[in-house]
Amino acid sequence: MSSNVITVPVGQAEARPWVDQLHQWLATVDHKRLGILYIGSALLFLAVGGVEALIIRIQLMHSHNNFVSPGVFNQMFTMHGTTMIFFVAMPVLFGFANYLVPLMIGARDMAFPRLNAFSFWLSFLGALLLYFSFFGGSGLYGAGSAPDVGWWSYAPLGARAFSPGHSSDYWTLALLVSGFGSIGTAINIIATILCLRCPGMKLNRMPLLVWMNLVMAGMVLIAITPLSAAQIMLLIDRYLGGHFFDTQAGGSAVLWMHFFWIFGHPEVYVLIIPCFAFMSEIIPVFSRKPIFGYPVMVAATVCIAFVSMSVWAHHMFTIGMNSYANSFFTLTTMAVGIPTGIKIFNWIGTMWGGRIQFKTPMLFSIAFLFQFLIAGLTGIMMAASPFDWQLSLSYFVVAHFHYVIVGGILFALFGAFYYWYPKMTGRMLSERLGKWHFWLFLIGFHLTFDVMHIPGLLGMPRRIYTYEPGRGWDTLNLIVSIGAFIQAIAILVFLTNLIISYFKGAQAGNDPWDAWTLEWSISSPPPAYNFATVPTVASRRPLWDLKHPEDPDSRYE
Amino acid sequence: MLPRRTKPSLWSGWQIVLLLFWSASALWAVAPDPAPGHGTNVFSPASSPAKSIKDLSVFVLVITGIIFLVVFVLLVYSVVKFRGRAADAGREPAQVYGSTQIELAWTIIPTLIVVVLFLATARVIHAIQDAPEPVGAMEVTVIGHQYWWEFRYPKLGIVTANELHIPVSNPDHPTPTFLQLLSADTDHSFWVPELAGKTDLIPNHPNRMWMDPQSTGVFVGQCAQYCGIQHAKMLLRVSVDGPEDFAAWMRSQQKPAVEDSAAIAGRRVFERNACMNCHAVGGTSADGRFGPDLTHLMSRATIAAGAAENTPDNLRLWIQNPKAIKPGSLMPAMQLSEADLNAVVSYMETLH
Repeated sequence: MSSNVITVPVGQAEARPWVDQLHQWLATVDHKRLGILYIGSALLFLAVGGVEALIIRIQLMHSHNNFVSPGVFNQMFTMHGTTMIFFVAMPVLFGFANYLVPLMIGARDMAFPRLNAFSFWLSFLGALLLYFSFFGGSGLYGAGSAPDVGWWSYAPLGARAFSPGHSSDYWTLALLVSGFGSIGTAINIIATILCLRCPGMKLNRMPLLVWMNLVMAGMVLIAITPLSAAQIMLLIDRYLGGHFFDTQAGGSAVLWMHFFWIFGHPEVYVLIIPCFAFMSEIIPVFSRKPIFGYPVMVAATVCIAFVSMSVWAHHMFTIGMNSYANSFFTLTTMAVGIPTGIKIFNWIGTMWGGRIQFKTPMLFSIAFLFQFLIAGLTGIMMAASPFDWQLSLSYFVVAHFHYVIVGGILFALFGAFYYWYPKMTGRMLSERLGKWHFWLFLIGFHLTFDVMHIPGLLGMPRRIYTYEPGRGWDTLNLIVSIGAFIQAIAILVFLTNLIISYFKGAQAGNDPWDAWTLEWSISSPPPAYNFATVPTVASRRPLWDLKHPEDPDSRYE
Repeated sequence: MLPRRTKPSLWSGWQIVLLLFWSASALWAVAPDPAPGHGTNVFSPASSPAKSIKDLSVFVLVITGIIFLVVFVLLVYSVVKFRGRAADAGREPAQVYGSTQIELAWTIIPTLIVVVLFLATARVIHAIQDAPEPVGAMEVTVIGHQYWWEFRYPKLGIVTANELHIPVSNPDHPTPTFLQLLSADTDHSFWVPELAGKTDLIPNHPNRMWMDPQSTGVFVGQCAQYCGIQHAKMLLRVSVDGPEDFAAWMRSQQKPAVEDSAAIAGRRVFERNACMNCHAVGGTSADGRFGPDLTHLMSRATIAAGAAENTPDNLRLWIQNPKAIKPGSLMPAMQLSEADLNAVVSYMETLH
């Protein structure tokens, strides 16, 4: 390997006027800056969506609470869901992909830098459109209103008869516009990975993070397009006299469900596969061992992608499909558990026999394994469709998918933040604050989402702004709400850590974790051109080969 | 000399606490409801579909519980056993890249588990969904409205709202009730957890479900599919009656509305105002269908789809200002004069 390490001395970059700097950020086509823009905008909306969640939890603290009106409550859960999926989870994962993929394959940028910038600004515009509904949702009639039809906006509730005004149009446009951004990014990731790998980086030598983002990008292409199509059909229904989903004129409510969930379920894997990618980089480094079963991990990822395209109707077990359809989707859904289980076993296999270092990224990764296991098992429970006839649309489902999205995706993301923040900023995040963040968030998470399963089993439906006393739900909901506030405190600790460490954190150096992939071979933060000379690799762990010339990986692969 | 441990084994301690917490919460949920009457616990079924779902769910819980324990123990063991120690500093562990045998094992075993789970599940799906409707089964058409339930008994000529009455079913001679599920506007879902799993009511998409409750009493539930602003207060009550009680209820519901000359003023107000555009009172000219049928309003325990008890004061408040009980309800505030309001409430109170 012949990568030259270029270190930009501190102070060499002249301080420019802030207008110049702002202009540079707004007009940038550098994959690293766009990655940070994605991540920054996601953190902004994480705070907004988090406040919405807290409003929901205050309202549900006890039965017959009057903290907000039913209308506001419905807006809050609609905005919370839409924001967290489309304007937090997807952008933050695209941000990491943008930042890391070129670095890990030894490229100097993404394949289409300007498409990259265009995609980011589209997705950001989508978020602004969604939130503009608070001001413009009722058009000229006065105060605006956010959409209140739920993040899946089931037909015919989204039809004009039941959702007059423009608030749900802003929802439609936001998803449509950010969807085009996602498609652009997906094309870019695929093209980058297939065309810009450095010499020696064969497909079977790519870091797993790169492999999994390739699969994720492929899924985005397949999953987002039906959603965009459905949004266009909905606009035609609402403004051009169409009847696709207009049940009062013979349209089909079930058609919308199919369109939405054939996007919606692969979407879950679009979000979780990049998190598998983080795990597959972090766990080996902190266990000091290569990933266990690299080819199987790749195969399992591709397998999950394929199978997850045929499970969407498990969101629809209660709509009255016939017993054959219910059986089919039960089988496919359970089958997804097999490759997913393989992954969990392989991560444990990676830790097995290692020397595990409990740095903050690894703590989040271990918690991820534990929580993702439970999330998978509650998923198996709901895959058994008769059980789902009880659990679906109840708080059990809410607990289950928050176990996936918070316990899985968010924990993995926090691990990724602690792991790659030094590369992005040149400073280490504080381990001390990191441990506070980890333990507070862990306690808050389990208080909220472990307990949240139980009201579901006790018959509490989701999306209700209040509930009747005497059903045994009061105490449980109070505990859930307390946990939510502990999580909020932990997030504040995290944001504080991000800000303080940027100015006062220890210098990271090129390779603070003694890691093995190419991004750690260059300075932190990397120079604009990434690699002074394009590196050549001979194995999956080029930096291992460099550090252990007596025992290189290339000898075994 | 023993190597000094760099980490106390706090981790395993914490995970065990979490596990205990998790199992305790699960037990809490599974434990039978100590309160008399019927709650909404999916684990205390009172009807065949709910019972077979419970049996399946216990089976699935046991299997997933075992998987959890095995993987959890492996995870905790590897975290504790293979934690880095100060003595190892600077040395790397053996670099292992994988093992075909082990990976085959943990592919094949889960596949077998999936096959077993699937077969057990398919059996229950078939048993519930494809159950034939016996001759003499009770048939009810359920129509979901924003935010109330309409129940029509086509064979009996009964129309009522929000409180479903069905006969108890003797396991030796089952008399199940089959519900035809329709919607007048948006999607809804019929969910009474102790009687059956939920099924959605979707416009243009008739659905069917059945139940054969084996104990009497009032079972509660509510709309489970988000249907609009008052989704939360679209509550459901199913009264399972013994054979005599059901026959008596049936006979009284089949009669036209009671005509009480003392309430004639109230009836005039009702028929002169918009009330009759939406509400029906059997045997009179009021035949609106947008709101609940009021022919036997006084036979119901609640008003406003369970949002309030059926008392004269609540009725009065409901007619005067429905938003006070159920903001977002489609019932308009009627702006009646004090005298008209009193008259209408008195009229309502005669509708036994």
